[in-house]
Amino acid sequence: MSILVFAEHDNSSLKADTLKTVAAAQAIGGDIHLLVAGSNCANVAEEAAKVNGVSKVFIADNPAYEHQLAENVSLLVTELAADYDHILATALTTGKNFMPRVAALLDVAQISDIIAVESADTFVRPIYAGNAIATVQSLDSKKVVTVRPTGFDAVATDGNAEIVSLDTVKDAGISSHVSDEISESERPDLGAASVVISGGRGMQNGDNFKLLEGIADKLGAAIGASRAAVDAGFVPNDMQVGQTGKIVAPDLYIAVGISGAIQHLAGMKDSKIIVAINKDPEAPIFQVADYGLVADLFDALPELESKL
Amino acid sequence: MKILVPIKRVIDYNVKVRVKPDNSNVDLANVKMSINPFCEIAVEEAVRLKEAGTATEIVAVSIGNKSCQEQLRTALALGADRAIQIDTEENLDSLNVAKLLQKVVEEEQPQLVILGKQSIDSDNNQTGQMLAALTGMPQGTFASNVGVEGDKVNVTREVDAGLQTVALNLPAIVTTDLRLNEPRYAKLPDIMKAKRKPLDVKAAADFGVNLDARTTVVKVTPPAERQAGIIVESIDQLVDKLKNEAKVIS
Repeated sequence: MSILVFAEHDNSSLKADTLKTVAAAQAIGGDIHLLVAGSNCANVAEEAAKVNGVSKVFIADNPAYEHQLAENVSLLVTELAADYDHILATALTTGKNFMPRVAALLDVAQISDIIAVESADTFVRPIYAGNAIATVQSLDSKKVVTVRPTGFDAVATDGNAEIVSLDTVKDAGISSHVSDEISESERPDLGAASVVISGGRGMQNGDNFKLLEGIADKLGAAIGASRAAVDAGFVPNDMQVGQTGKIVAPDLYIAVGISGAIQHLAGMKDSKIIVAINKDPEAPIFQVADYGLVADLFDALPELESKL
Repeated sequence: MKILVPIKRVIDYNVKVRVKPDNSNVDLANVKMSINPFCEIAVEEAVRLKEAGTATEIVAVSIGNKSCQEQLRTALALGADRAIQIDTEENLDSLNVAKLLQKVVEEEQPQLVILGKQSIDSDNNQTGQMLAALTGMPQGTFASNVGVEGDKVNVTREVDAGLQTVALNLPAIVTTDLRLNEPRYAKLPDIMKAKRKPLDVKAAADFGVNLDARTTVVKVTPPAERQAGIIVESIDQLVDKLKNEAKVIS
C-alpha cells in the first residue's frame, strides 16, 4: 500500500504535528510519501526528508500554494492521489479546510479526526464532542483521512528521504488571499506545549489573564481559555481549548476558573495530569482533575507563581 | 442575491448523549433535538445580509425525515423566506448530503451558500467543503466575518495561528464559526408567521443521486472515564504533588 501525507507548515518550518500524522500512516502500514505544498518552502522539504518512515518527499513550490488556499491545494492533492490508497492530513485548520474538497473530487467519503487506526480501512474517531467513540469502516477504494494529533505519538526525525520537485501548478483562480492577522506570542504553541494553563469565565476579564502569564513563564506553558472566556470577549478565539477550539493533550493542564463544561473537557481530557483551581467545590472540572484546589483564583494564582 | 442555508437537526447541545448498551450507536430516543448551533449562526448571518439589503431571498434546506421540518420552521421564524425538506429516513454520509445539496444549488442558483462548519453530532466538518468542490465554488470556511463587495465576498477565517482573510468570487460557499454572530431569539409573532411560509417536501430518491453508504459504523462505545483525583488543601501541597508524585514540573 502507499500513503500520501500532507505536511503542515508555514513555508519556513515543518509543524511538529505532521510527525504524529506520519505515525498514523505507519499504523496503517505502507510506503509513506510526504507532500510539501507552499511557496519558498525548500527548508520545509529538507526537514520533511528527515521524518522517519518517509521514503519520498514531494515539494510543490509555487506562489499558487503560498497561503495553501483550499481551491488550489485540493486540485494538486487530488491529482497526486491517483497513485495512493490513503491520503492523510493533520486535523488542523489547513487540513480541515481542503481535505473534504479532495474527498469530494475523488468521490469518496472522508474519515475525520481519527484518534486510532484499527486496520487499513477501519478507524476510531470521537463523535458528539468526545462523549462517544465511533469505530468507522470506509467502504471506498481510496481513504481520505484527517488525523487528530493528540491521538498519536510523533515519529523521530533521523530519516533521509529523497526529495522530488513537482512542476504541476494548480491555480483554480477563484479565490485569493487578502491578509493574515497572526497572534504573536513568545510562548509555545497551544497544540505543542507540554504544559498548558487555561482561564475561564472565573477570570472575570481579559486583564486578569495576566495572572496566568507569570506562571506560564515559569513553567514554559502555553496559555489557553475556555469557550466561556472567549464568548465573554476576554481573549481571542485562537486561545480556545475545546470541542470547537483546539484539542490539546499536554503533560500538565491547569484549569483556572473553568467550571468544566462538556465542550471544554472534549478539548483537554486526554492531558496526562489535570489540575483544577476553582472556588466552587461542586464544579464538574473536579471530576476529571487529578489534583483539585478549592480556592479563589485571585489568591491562589499569585501564591502559585511565587512557589514555582 | 439569493442565499441558500442548509441546516441540520441534531441533539440539543445541552443534552449529554448516552451510548446504547449494544454499542450500535448513541441513544436518541426521547432526546431533545434542535437546530445545529453552527447552522443557526448560518441562518442568522443570512438574515443580517438580507436586513442590510445585500440579500433578497433566503432559502433554508434540510435533509431528513419529517421531523426536521421543526428545524426548518425555526429557520423560517428567524427570517428565512421559504424552506425545502429533502425527505429520507437514511442517515446519510456527508458526501451524499453534499451531492443532494449540489442538486439544490443547480436548481436554486444561489450566489451564496452559508452552512455551519460542523454538526455537533457527527463532528465531521465536511459538508460545506464537499459542496464547494462539487459545485466548483470557492470556500470561506470557519468564518468570523463575511462582507459582500460587488462580485466578491471577503471572508475572515478562524485559523490556528489567528485570522486569515480571503477574497472569493461569487457564487461562493461560507461555513460559520462561533464568533460570526449571536443568533437572535425568534419572537412569537415570527413563529406564527413562519407556519404560513412555504415549505416544499421533495423525496431524496427523486434527485437521481446514488445515496449508497460510503462508511459503516462498526461500533460506538463510551469514552474512557477519567477518575477524579484528590482535593489538595493548599498551594504548597499542590506544588509538592506536581513535583514529587506526578513529576510533571521540576
